[in-house]
Amino acid sequence: MLNAFVTAAEDGAAHNPILPATYDIIWSAVCFVIVLVVFWKVALPRLYKLLDERGAAIEGNIAKADEAQRKAEAALEEYTAQLADARAEAGRIREGAREDGKKIVAEAKDQASEEASRITTSAHAQIEAERQSALVSLRGEVGSLALGLASSVIGESLDDDKKATAVVDRFLKDLEASETTAAGNK
Amino acid sequence: MNLLVPTADDGGFHSPSIDEFFPQVLLFADTPFEINRIILIRFIAVLAIVLLFWLGTRRMKVVPGRFQSVVEMGLDFVRVNIAEDLLGKKDAKRFLPILATMFFMVLAMNLTGIIPFLNIAGTSVIGVPLVLAIVSWITFVYAGIKKSPSGFFKNALFPAGVPWPVYIIVTPIEFISTFIIRPITLTLRLMMNMIVGHLLLVLFFAATQFFIISLSGWFTALGVFTFAFGLVFTLFEVLVAVLQAYIFAILTAVYIQLAVAEEH
Repeated sequence: MLNAFVTAAEDGAAHNPILPATYDIIWSAVCFVIVLVVFWKVALPRLYKLLDERGAAIEGNIAKADEAQRKAEAALEEYTAQLADARAEAGRIREGAREDGKKIVAEAKDQASEEASRITTSAHAQIEAERQSALVSLRGEVGSLALGLASSVIGESLDDDKKATAVVDRFLKDLEASETTAAGNK
Repeated sequence: MNLLVPTADDGGFHSPSIDEFFPQVLLFADTPFEINRIILIRFIAVLAIVLLFWLGTRRMKVVPGRFQSVVEMGLDFVRVNIAEDLLGKKDAKRFLPILATMFFMVLAMNLTGIIPFLNIAGTSVIGVPLVLAIVSWITFVYAGIKKSPSGFFKNALFPAGVPWPVYIIVTPIEFISTFIIRPITLTLRLMMNMIVGHLLLVLFFAATQFFIISLSGWFTALGVFTFAFGLVFTLFEVLVAVLQAYIFAILTAVYIQLAVAEEH
């Protein structure tokens, strides 16, 4: 193929494509130097700077992500701990409330039974007192009735109070005794 | 010679010739600084690279925008797929300026071959391929000598595991293949690919012009056919442009890697 070109060149203006002309070499070298300088001094340093920056940015982002992850984990742990504390607290409060409730109920019960017994006692006392007063007044009335009756029967005034009272008392004592025996016999 | 309209001459068939690559001088005639159309096209390609990578890397952000992504993708292709894969991170950083320059310069100057109104590859004249091949040669020899002068030449010229009398044959072969054939193949592979690509495109489009305009009639069908082929080969040239740039850069990386390798 080379021969064909050389032949063609000989036919034409005797140009041989593989023999370089001086101007060709010079301008090619100039072109080369310009392009080389652009790549060497401008384009590639900028490219490497960019790649470094990009690498740093990526590393920075990874570090940031790690940091965020760590923080999130710490926060989670803290929350879990707080939650456990809160649960324990709630349990304690519930337990306390339950005990308080029991105590309150027991106190109420005690108070109620005390009150009840107090009321019962006072009722008993009142009844007793009323019985006594009834007894006393009854005794008085029964005495005067009996004396009146006896005075009219025997036609003589039993004004001697001492005597009269003694008679009445003996009578009532007998009456009570008979009542008691009757009650005992029942 | 007008390359924009290849068949402008006289209505006859313009056959592509090697003169395509030696257009008339525009400036500084008869000095070592002559400028013709192809040199201007190279300047345009260089300007495109400078603008793209100067502006594209000016305000680089950690989170890239669309334009920055494209520029980064281009640079990372050379950085990762060519330099770091072959040389490892440390050496890749040292030699990346050279490799990136080779890749993008060859790519840009290849692509001018299919850009309308430029229509010829800046690499289709021997200057650029030769200069880049010489740079490649100097780079790998420098890399080897810097690493270990004796080791480099011993590895290159006296491969291990060979009985010593065989060196009489092997050493000259290794010398020629390493120090002479490598730059020559780098130069010729690139230049010839671009020359042939350009000639094919000229041939197809010149034929289309000839069939449709000059002959017309039934030849129009033939013209459509050649035009379709021209179109397909234009797309093919895109592939070739990228591929040749890749091959040039990766071969240089391989040569550097072989030079800095401990033993091979």
